[in-house]
Amino acid sequence: MAKTLFDKVWDSHVVRSVKDGPDVFFIDRHFIHEVTSPVAFLGLESRGNSVVYPARTFATADHNTPTINQHLPVEDPLSANQLDALERNSAKHGISHWGLGDVNNGIVHVVGPENGITLPGATIVCGDSHTSTHGAFGAIAFGIGTSEVEMVLSTQCIMQPKPKKMRINVNGKLGLGVTAKDVALYIIAKQTTSGATGYFVEYAGDVFEDMTMEGRMTVCNLSIEMGARGGMIAPDNKTFEYLKGRAQTPKGADWDKAMQYWETLYTEEGAEFDVEFNYEASDIEPMITYGTNPGMGMGVTKSIPLAENVEGGVATYKKSLGYMSFNEGDSMIGKEIDFVFLGSCTNGRIEDFRAFCSIVEGRKKADNVTAWLVPGSHKVVDQIQAEGLDKIITDAGFVLREPGCSACLAMNDDKIPSGKLSVSTSNRNFEGRQGPGSRTLLASPLVAAASAVEGVVTDPRTLLTA
Amino acid sequence: MAYDKFDVLTSTAYPLPTENVDTDQIIPARFLKATERKDFDINFFRDWRFNQDGTPKVDFPLNKEIYAGSQILVGGRNFGSGSSREHAAWSVYDFGLRCVISSAFADIFKNNCLNVGVLPVQVSAEFADTLFAAIMADPKTEIKVDLPNQIVTLVATGESESFVINTYKKDNMLNGFDDIDYLKNIENEITDFAKTRPF
Repeated sequence: MAKTLFDKVWDSHVVRSVKDGPDVFFIDRHFIHEVTSPVAFLGLESRGNSVVYPARTFATADHNTPTINQHLPVEDPLSANQLDALERNSAKHGISHWGLGDVNNGIVHVVGPENGITLPGATIVCGDSHTSTHGAFGAIAFGIGTSEVEMVLSTQCIMQPKPKKMRINVNGKLGLGVTAKDVALYIIAKQTTSGATGYFVEYAGDVFEDMTMEGRMTVCNLSIEMGARGGMIAPDNKTFEYLKGRAQTPKGADWDKAMQYWETLYTEEGAEFDVEFNYEASDIEPMITYGTNPGMGMGVTKSIPLAENVEGGVATYKKSLGYMSFNEGDSMIGKEIDFVFLGSCTNGRIEDFRAFCSIVEGRKKADNVTAWLVPGSHKVVDQIQAEGLDKIITDAGFVLREPGCSACLAMNDDKIPSGKLSVSTSNRNFEGRQGPGSRTLLASPLVAAASAVEGVVTDPRTLLTA
Repeated sequence: MAYDKFDVLTSTAYPLPTENVDTDQIIPARFLKATERKDFDINFFRDWRFNQDGTPKVDFPLNKEIYAGSQILVGGRNFGSGSSREHAAWSVYDFGLRCVISSAFADIFKNNCLNVGVLPVQVSAEFADTLFAAIMADPKTEIKVDLPNQIVTLVATGESESFVINTYKKDNMLNGFDDIDYLKNIENEITDFAKTRPF
């Protein structure tokens, strides 16, 4: 029977299937960070277990780290304690650890691919729901809980029922100013925040084939925002070009051998999915969200839908708009904003900074806007400097911060104040996500840049020339 | 982490019909800084239970005295979406809840619940509405969750519905076992499998 990409990778990692239960699923690569791992190490030690394959686990500090003055001791004692615990646990168990200040440090889903740890056909987990990012390389990658982190540390396996399969095809050419982020937000708006629950998604079609690896990572990253367990894209020459020569990718004969396997990683003609959706690139415009989940998104030029035209409960919808202080029928264009956040595992890569700079170059940040520009890793910082983007950023009145998850989840000091409205390139617009009482509009780096210089929600196409 | 066995639970329930309740609401990120698993009940639904000055929001169901001591929460559709933080499931457990009933759960939250001893019970949208209506009519109404027979019943009227759970997870919940117990038992099989992995 013809197999899907997902079947090929999943089935090759099943140690055994439990009768009327989950599969015992082998994990090739395991990322850990300071927030969801300490209790897993406590559990491991209280049971008297050890880390069975320390070389398969990789630690980086990101969620809780400051994005200024990283050379100074971390001020918040609780954050410092978590960072210390990660370093201590990694050292004790022989796990590679990229702490604050390490040249390889950065957001886990940025540094994994950057260093060639993420590979096609691999299974990758992390105690973080945006682990789906790594699916851009044709890996099966998804977020897990802390109990499962302990399982991986102590056995290199987790117990998972095999998800159902969904394919999303987007064909045609994207228009001016329409980015990977817009494609993802468009799909999520169509699917709603829970439409893909229980499924693993394969993205296929012209749009994903034409997309850069950074763009593919943005799309796969956001799979969880429609409830999907993860998303993946078949590896192609672009994938192999990206990986070749990176620090931890196979070399020499090992590379050739890996390539032989990777070239088998595609969905065969006639393979069946449980469900399939088709969308057209020409229907997608720059997107923006208006509510309190990522499914509440629309084209930036549209008006907020009326409750009567929305699927789901009216009370929940009205609660959401009430939190945002928006009304049904409002236009988003022209709404005054207070903050702009460029960064996160969704949009904190070099391409995102290039996009942002393409708009702010020769323009000035609006006076009413506070902007936090947070690269995803030190390598991204290096590249920003190598390409001279730092000068464009500074000349336009912006400041570049140091790498980390930052205001995406506001665990550190980067909190949007209560009531303030932020255009953010991150992944969640939940109530209080970016700080208690904060209000988030999710959008692409282009929409963020255009809004940052205009001071109001702005369609980037008005500032771009073809 | 070991947890108490789950068999048959009869309890009143907190109603929380809001849809798409995400784990950032269940436990906001700023309360994830612990390195031990304890006292996560304190910040359970922090920003929905408390005003920014720390005073309780009296209208929020989890603050209403009439429901106090309930071991069941009936939540709206797509409960537990978003972040994979197991802290959300810990906070449910630490608050004294052993069961969450909803017409749909987010996958990771559901897994996390099963791993920490909270039973997620998925019912039809109609039955969820029946439960909400019954709780609204009588806040002291009891719900019986029978894991061995996989049936959830509204005690007062006898209305019931069966629910799905795989045999493996059911046995775990009934016995207080967890996945690590299972995986450690097949360690040699995993070791052999690992040798076959190319990278």
